[in-house]
Amino acid sequence: MKEISIHPVLVFWLAIGWIGFIVLPWYGIEDGFFGLEWLLDGYPFELDYAPAAFLIAAGEKLWLAPLIVALVAPLLVLNRRKTEATYSRVLIASGGLGFAWLIAQGFGIGIRGYSTDWLVFLLGELGDRQFGMGYGGLLVASSFLFMLTQGIAARGAVNGDVFVVGTIGGIVAIVTIFVFFPITKMLSSAFSSDSGYSVLEFASKMFDDRLWGLACLSGGRCGAALNSLFLAILIGTLTTLLGLTFALVVTRTGFRHKRLLRALTVLPIITPPFVIGLALILLFGLSGSITVFLADVFGTQPTRWLYGLPGIAIAQTLAYTPIAFLVLIGVVEGVSPSMEEAAQTLRASRWHTFRTVSLPLMRPGLANAFLLGFIESMADFGNPLVLGGNFDVLSTEIFFAIVGAQYDQGRAAVLAMILLFFTLSAFYAQRKFVGRKSYTTISGKGDAGIHPLIPAGLAIPVLVIAAIWALFTAVVYGMIVYGSFVELWGVNNTVTFKHYVTAFSVRLEDSGIRWSGAAWDSFWTTIKIAIIAAPLTAIVGLITAYLLTRQSFPGKNSFEFGTMLSFAIPGTVIGVSYILAFNVPPIEITGTGVILVVSFVFRNMPVGVRAGIASMSQIDRSLDESSLTLGANSWQTFRRVILPLLRPAILAALVFSFVRAMTAISAVIFLVSAEYDMATSYIIGRVENNDYGLAIAYSTTLIVVMLTAVGIFQLLVGQVRIGRRTEFAPAG
Amino acid sequence: MKRIVSLIGALLFVTVSSIGAASADKLTYYCSAEEDWCQLMARSFEDATGIDVNMTRKSSGETFAQIRAESSNPKGDVWWGGTGDPHLQAAEEDLTEVYVSPMRDQLHPWAISQAESADNKTIGIYSGALGYGYNTDLLAANNLPEPACWKDLLKPEYKGHVQMANPNSSGTAYTTLASMVQLFGEDEGFEFMKALHKNINQYTKSGSAPIKAAGRGESTIGIVFMHDAVKQAVNGFPIKVVAPCEGTGYEIGSMSIIKGARNLEEAKKFYDWALSAEAQNLALQVNSFQIMSNVDAMSSDSAPDMSMIKLIDYDFLKYGSSAERKRLLQKWDEEVSTLPQ
Repeated sequence: MKEISIHPVLVFWLAIGWIGFIVLPWYGIEDGFFGLEWLLDGYPFELDYAPAAFLIAAGEKLWLAPLIVALVAPLLVLNRRKTEATYSRVLIASGGLGFAWLIAQGFGIGIRGYSTDWLVFLLGELGDRQFGMGYGGLLVASSFLFMLTQGIAARGAVNGDVFVVGTIGGIVAIVTIFVFFPITKMLSSAFSSDSGYSVLEFASKMFDDRLWGLACLSGGRCGAALNSLFLAILIGTLTTLLGLTFALVVTRTGFRHKRLLRALTVLPIITPPFVIGLALILLFGLSGSITVFLADVFGTQPTRWLYGLPGIAIAQTLAYTPIAFLVLIGVVEGVSPSMEEAAQTLRASRWHTFRTVSLPLMRPGLANAFLLGFIESMADFGNPLVLGGNFDVLSTEIFFAIVGAQYDQGRAAVLAMILLFFTLSAFYAQRKFVGRKSYTTISGKGDAGIHPLIPAGLAIPVLVIAAIWALFTAVVYGMIVYGSFVELWGVNNTVTFKHYVTAFSVRLEDSGIRWSGAAWDSFWTTIKIAIIAAPLTAIVGLITAYLLTRQSFPGKNSFEFGTMLSFAIPGTVIGVSYILAFNVPPIEITGTGVILVVSFVFRNMPVGVRAGIASMSQIDRSLDESSLTLGANSWQTFRRVILPLLRPAILAALVFSFVRAMTAISAVIFLVSAEYDMATSYIIGRVENNDYGLAIAYSTTLIVVMLTAVGIFQLLVGQVRIGRRTEFAPAG
Repeated sequence: MKRIVSLIGALLFVTVSSIGAASADKLTYYCSAEEDWCQLMARSFEDATGIDVNMTRKSSGETFAQIRAESSNPKGDVWWGGTGDPHLQAAEEDLTEVYVSPMRDQLHPWAISQAESADNKTIGIYSGALGYGYNTDLLAANNLPEPACWKDLLKPEYKGHVQMANPNSSGTAYTTLASMVQLFGEDEGFEFMKALHKNINQYTKSGSAPIKAAGRGESTIGIVFMHDAVKQAVNGFPIKVVAPCEGTGYEIGSMSIIKGARNLEEAKKFYDWALSAEAQNLALQVNSFQIMSNVDAMSSDSAPDMSMIKLIDYDFLKYGSSAERKRLLQKWDEEVSTLPQ
């Protein structure tokens, strides 16, 4: 007995593997696993729900049989010691081979028998088929994976730390499955045509005039790729400048209404997409309130100037400036006052100090803010859809290549490749630009100085710009709320609750509450998905951050690149590639809620990683070292020491992924299904239907829900202390 | 042998369980009409039969894309609504199932001829004629004459006032293009599109967007199906509907059963039900003004009177085929869309 309990972790994962093999249904269940209907419907003998062991016993799906060997072998080494070579060899062999076989059979045998021609050629027709793997397959796969990592750990990798090797293995596996695999699949479909693969076809799509045309220089229309690039650079620059302006106003001026400004900057982040676009149309469109007013006063002829580049640029600047602001405020605060004080002691003027000391120290922050604006603009789908006019951009072109009458998946993949190329180049350029110079200003030594105010010559324009922007935002949001209460905007301005009633009416019936409003279905789905996705994102993100900051292992750099990659991939690309990758076995999750959760987790994980890395680098290593010296293992250290210190990072990851799950549209629009419709895709449907009232009422409700949720998260995670510096102040 | 035994076993189980759990019947319903109509159809079918309906609304292009993407593993059962071309295309690509409904003798001949042209893989449920609508306020504000014919739209004074969808992304706009080609002949039809191009202020992505923009006062004239224009007028927007004097093309909104449907029986029940007068009368409740295919279905007073509209003899088989569509779209792309405005 005692000998078996030597390896509790191994026993655990073996048990998981066996449960997956002999208890849970091997294949995915069409009606949903958690409906549990399958339990009453002939389980475990009914072939659709049978566990693998029963399938093999019934003489079906015999290609699963080799897995038994890989599950039995580890049982034989349970009483061996970790240090014995047989122990690690058996685990590596059975884990590795089992996992490899699982993947090989999954890809080799699909819904129409063998899935590639050469397999048919080699082995003849199979005469059988299989659907996507279910929970049984999932458990067995994870069991094999962690068997493998335990074997590797037993051989002494990363000091034989089972927890660290296991998490590395786990994260590498899921990132490979949910980031690299779909992207590869998409890239390969860019080369496919009706008759196999063709480079010629690819080239003709790649160098299409609709992408790279320069006709706009001579009065025509430019290509979508160039439009996107130009727009993204413009938005990156504008949002960075505006974000810097606000960061300076909040930290370096005597401006008194800082809280108000902060509140205003949060609003666009929690606003569902294209609501800003709608409000702009209602204000500045051909029949917009302001346009009509100006036309009346000055007798000008109203025009459609809003549709196209100007409209998209205004909407995106409004929407993404807050992101730049949030990035830059940390940086502006982080520039140590000691440096600036030193400069001023050396008789530099305030202006000179700002230009030569403060500004260069903000360089990484500026580059980051630009990159974020650039990527967000590239990926934005809602605003160009509403305001685009004849200004085509890649994200909408991709969408209409897939859903339009032309239906051309190859073209969508090519466009997605170009988009990906742009964002990755920006990512790379940002790293180059920031370079390897040191920007560290916060050291262990106390720096209790106070930031100097910016020179007056700068302060006045900065304050004016901030005031105008704040006023503009206030007007836009005022219009949004107002718009949700009028009958038919611009035509019939009677105040009404009609839209809220249509969307969110509730009836009390004998059988309980009946959610009769049109929006409830998508609303509850959205909440459910957001609540599931948020903690998962935080967990995956923080564990990754822990590995990156606290452990060293071979291949760490590519590991980091892999986890950050999904950040540079626009949502549209993720959406397209997920459809291509996950509609067929072995992982068949399109049309389920799982695919939505997965897409959110991997889209937002990099934010969790970044937040985690930032906080963890502030926690001195001596804390974990003392914990380890006192005999705790790395898992206990992570849970008891590091995790409690990470509250701000946890909160950031939770809030961000929750909000994103409720406002994202670009990937979601491809992944929603009858059962799992999301709020944003429902709203876009209403907009398409000219039902602005309902769309705006729904969006307003979402904004309120998100504000509430953010509050609840704060309560759950606990008080977040930001001003660490004050703690050190007495010592300094 | 073993396979046969297990198959019989499985069949027994299915039969037994379906008797045991009749309430678990369900139907995955892809809908390409307007949201409220889709909702109403789904709920009414649930009420009429007790079958659970899972409905997704996407435009006909989106739905066709989805069905094609899912063809190796179909998720949907029945596809209802949306212009007929994608349905015909789906039939051509063998994505939909042959079904001859017992309700056929109650239908208008155009609905049946739609079915026959696609080997009974699709059927007409409603039809609507192409036309345009204009915003009366804006027309007056800009002192523009009232248009009545297709060729009126080419007048220089309408420059920047006309909106239509992009034929590449919208079935409606493709119908417009194909109608012009059939109405004026290919050469003159393309001359018309080129001249029209000069007056267009935006090619929208979705088919009914132009009339919605006109309703909100964001554009003056929108080329759309007339029932879409009527709907905007009924909703209170200042829209006047025009049936062009030269005659016009039309669409047949269709319905198909998806090949490999997981709930084939339920799909057939829906199919028969959707062709009944009772189900087709639901259209009026949601301000959909198409002409329904059941001869006994009621029509609205606001609906465009089909007998007053000159309809061309639209060749659905030819202009619905992928090859012809690709050719016309490419020609439009190369000869029309690249012209300066």
